[in-house]
Parts: sequence; C-alpha cells; structure tokens
Amino acid sequence: MKKVIEGSHAVAEAVRLCAPKVIAAYPITPQTHIVERLSKMVADGQLDSEFLCVESEHSAMSACIGAQATGVRTYTATASQGLMLMHEMLHVASGMRLPIVINVANRSVSSPLSIWNDWLDAMAVRNSGWVQLFVESSQEALDTTIQAYKIAETIHLPVMVCIDGFYLSHTYEPVDIPDTVAGYLGDYKPKVVLDPKNPITQGMMAGPKAFQEFKEQQHRALLSAKDVIKNENREFNKKFGRIYGDGLVETYNMESADYAIISMGSVCGTIKHILDEKKISDIGLIRIKTYRPFPNKEIIDLTKNLKALGVLEKDISFGIGGALWADVKTFVDKPVSNFIGGLGGRDIQIEDIVKIFGTIRKEEENIHWVGSQLKK
Amino acid sequence: MDKKFNEGAWAEPGTSVKNKTGSWRTFKPIVTDRCVGCGTCTKFCPEGAIKIVEKNGKKKAEINYDYCKGCLICLKECPFKAIEKEVEK
Amino acid sequence: MIEIRINGRGGQGAVTTSEILAIAAFKDGRYSQAFPHFGVERRGAPAMAFCRIDDKEIKLRTHVYTPDYIIILDPSLLNLPDTLNGLKNSGIIILNSKEKYIELEKKYKIIYVDATQIALDIIGKPIVNTAVLGALSKKTSLVSLNALKDAIKEKFSGELADKNIEVLQKVYDSTN
Repeated sequence: MKKVIEGSHAVAEAVRLCAPKVIAAYPITPQTHIVERLSKMVADGQLDSEFLCVESEHSAMSACIGAQATGVRTYTATASQGLMLMHEMLHVASGMRLPIVINVANRSVSSPLSIWNDWLDAMAVRNSGWVQLFVESSQEALDTTIQAYKIAETIHLPVMVCIDGFYLSHTYEPVDIPDTVAGYLGDYKPKVVLDPKNPITQGMMAGPKAFQEFKEQQHRALLSAKDVIKNENREFNKKFGRIYGDGLVETYNMESADYAIISMGSVCGTIKHILDEKKISDIGLIRIKTYRPFPNKEIIDLTKNLKALGVLEKDISFGIGGALWADVKTFVDKPVSNFIGGLGGRDIQIEDIVKIFGTIRKEEENIHWVGSQLKK
Repeated sequence: MDKKFNEGAWAEPGTSVKNKTGSWRTFKPIVTDRCVGCGTCTKFCPEGAIKIVEKNGKKKAEINYDYCKGCLICLKECPFKAIEKEVEK
Repeated sequence: MIEIRINGRGGQGAVTTSEILAIAAFKDGRYSQAFPHFGVERRGAPAMAFCRIDDKEIKLRTHVYTPDYIIILDPSLLNLPDTLNGLKNSGIIILNSKEKYIELEKKYKIIYVDATQIALDIIGKPIVNTAVLGALSKKTSLVSLNALKDAIKEKFSGELADKNIEVLQKVYDSTN
C-alpha cells in the first residue's frame, strides 16, 4: 500500500516485515522514531519480537550479538554518539560473522554538540567490517533495509543501512509498503549456533598464527558482498518492481556528461532536481549506494571518459580531506575536487550545488568547504 | 547568531539572559493573593523566572515575564493552588 | 511545485500541520513531502516546518527558502524579522489572528483565521493546525476538505480525530 509516512516509520515497517526475533535499542535523536514505532508494534502484537530496552548502545549491539549467535534474526538502530558507544561491538559483530542489521539515522558527532545530520558517525566506523549502504529516499530506506537482511545472511556479515537524519528520518513522503516479504526473504538459516546440546565457542581468542587469516576471510567476504548486493538489487526488482542503479552505484544524467559529481544519500535527490530543472547536459551524478565494500571497478568504468570529477560529502577525515574523496582518488587518475559541506545539519542549497558544478568544470583538484565563513 | 568561532567551541556566559523567552507564551501564569511565598514554584520553574520577594512583611512569588515562557509548571506544582492562568494578549 | 512554510511555536503543531497537509495532498492524487526544521525542541520557541506539493515525484530535499504560502500559527511571530523571509511576491499568508494586519495586506494576500479561539473552544488546547488548514482548503485549491479529513483520521484517532475534524469543518464553513 502506498501512503505518506515518515522515513523512520518506513524503516520500522521494513523491519516488521523481516520479523527479527530480538530488537535491542536505546533511543537517540534522530533515530528515536524508528525504535519507538517498533516498540509499539511489539506492544500491539503486530510484531512477534523480544524488544530489549537496553541501557546503552554498547549493550544494544552486545544483546544483538548474543541473540544472533543463538540463531535468530536481530535488529538495532542508532545514530551519532550512540554509534560511537557501539563502535567496539561493531567489530565484534563483524568478526563473529553475525548478519545483524542496523539502521543509522546519520547525525553529527560531538563536540561541538549537534543533533543534526551529517555522516561523521557512519564514516567513523567505516573500518569496522560492516557493509555500509547509503540511501536517497524513504522508499529506498525501506527497500534497502529488507535487502540488508538478505545480503547479511548470504555473506554472513552485518549490514548498516544509513539514512540521513531528519532529511529522511523525519520526512513524510509517499512510500509503498509491501504486504509481505515472503517469497523474497526466507527464514534465517545460521551457519553455526550457540546451543547447549552442541557446545561451541564463538568469538574466541586467536593467536598471532591465526588472527590474520580470520581478517583476510572477513575482507574476502566483504568483497564478495558486491555481487550479492547486485544480485539482490535485481531479485528485489523482480519481486517488488523497484531498482536502485546496479545496487552499488546509481547514475543519473551521465549520457552526455564530461564531468560527474559523486555523492551519497539524500543530497543526491537535490542534485537530480537541479540537473533536471536547469537542463544540464555536461554534468552527471554518480550516486554511491554501497560505500563498503567500495565500488572501485564501477567508479573506474564510469569515469574513464570524463574530464574531471567532484566529490560532495558530509564528512571530514581530519588530516587528509573527505573520506569518500580519498577513496575515489585511490582509483581515479584525473582531477577530483572535494566539496565538504552540510556538516552539523547545514542545508546544502541549490546555489551551493550550482557553484560546485562551476568549480568541477574548472578541472582543478582542491578541497573546498562549502559555504565556509572562515578567512582563507 | 554569533559569528565568532572560538577554537575548541567555547562560549562566554550570559546567553540565557540575552534570550528572552517571554514572547513564547500562549498562557500567562498569575500569582494570586493565596500565595504564601513557600518557594515551591521557584524550584520547579525551568527558566528560573520566579523569585520570592517580600512586600509589606509578606512573602510572595514574583514572576519575571521577560523570561516566563508560559509552561505553567508553576501552576501545576503550587501546593496552595495560588497560581492562575489567563490567555496572553 | 508548490512550496509551503509553516511558522509556529513549539507545541502549536507546525510539524503536524505540514504532515497532515502532505498526507492530504497525496490523497488528492499529488506528490508531497513534509519535514520539520529542527531547532530548539521547546514549548513556545519559534518552530518551522515545510511542505512541498507537486504533480511529479519530488526529489528536492533542501529547506524551503522561497515559499508560495506561509502559514503563521501565532501572530506574535510577525514581530520576528525572519517570519516572512523569502515569501514570493504573489505569495499568500494564512494567519492565525483575531486582528487584521492592514499594512501587510498592501503587500500580500492574507487569509485570516481565528484558529486559537476555535481550537480552545473545541479541543480545549491552543493547538491550531487543523484550523488553519480548514481556511487554506476553503480559500485555495491546494488541498480538498475531504482529503484533509481523511488525513486527520490517519494521523489521529478516537476523540482527538473527531474534535480536529470538527475544528476543520467549523473553520471551513465560517471562512469566507
């Protein structure tokens, strides 16, 4: 059924359809509406889950790890400081190869204190071994959260679905809610389970002779996610009639483009709007949906005939530049300008993006802070 | 908005004095003669906008309407029901 | 694309106004989007919400800077410098006020509604969102009365839904 609902509620509907047995969460702006709605669904009997109102995000992830290890599907959601507090356990989850699904309602990280949107939280945990997916709309948030379970349970790695705080989490827009995911997502079939009758140890210590191989396996598994994500993008389309690029990247207006702007998340909607409204033909958009594993091959292919690129991102990897820009630069040998903007909820406006287009056309390579009020 | 970016994000005190929240009211709390000056409201007022003053040897709550934002917590908490409300004009 | 900004105070329902409007516009067969401008989440503090309505899918996700309509839930907000920021020259103001603003009428079309009184009479609280939408529906072709009623039923339940629909109908009938 298609109706106008809040982005957070669209995510909650997706989770309801996937029916995790355990939901462990702690509320934090702007994630709160997701878990609030899920807790109501459990209380109202619409969702047969154990809802654990834990005392912290560290505990939320710990509870998910424990529950998932016993062989059930789990879910949590957080943002910002919550993700920071959870960081330690993110590594444990991926190291134990537990297919946990989380939604992060992206928000800045203190200090200074900010409750508003940027990607500082998700980018800070990009090395934790999780699949990281960034979505543009509430519909994509719902669809991707469903796909996340399928992807996670196929490669035995946890998946993080990032939705821009407020821009998606608090926005009402039309969303098509499937009646069921039966026929797409089956029952969770764990590889190994904690079972007193057949005891095993999960997440044990590994000495110097073994540790590295476990990490190599994890890296291989994460790389293998690329094909799985592409496949699930197609399979989802067959079942529900919605598709997002090839699952890794989505292109827009690239047909006759000499230049491209690369970005992620909800700001890509604004970029598409401007490309349409101003009938721009020399610039296209490459929207990275799958940030980890990084779609290096796709980026190389899509940019090989271009003159220059720009990367617009709501984060900063201090001491180098934008994290996404640094990743793109690893694989693209042509001028790539970096535009860091929208930090702490500053709205990236139409004029900002028009200006960015002008800078990309100059074919230079610099780091620009969008709308900086500081003296050069 | 202060356009001063002190490195390390620090600010001088006094911002809550500058920010007069009195314009926020829909309802205005009024202290009536039933007030005995017990001071309960001063402890609950989230803006710190109420103080106990002495007039003609009698203690009474006085609301600073520059900062009272009309939340009416004082009215709810007053043990003597000595605070009433009226629609702000 | 039509862009609407709702200026209110925390607790008056600016965010809910935008949500009901977006739900109703979709029920009328159009695309819509509503979102809040999150400031200090405190009762009484100036608050803003935005709404977009279009015949095609809405991709734009910036705040609304040049609204076609501004809904003002509290006339005291007119004393603040930013309240009318960006309103298009042909723009329309829907103003919750007993009194007329003659000077402002020279520049903009104003639709008045005494929403606070009607809300206090029927709901018993100064929550004015459905009242202003009743006036908007009556005086513009932006959204239909029936769609607003359905949207209210979707957003609220029980007595609260009934009372809000009563407010909506009363304002719709009395606005001329």
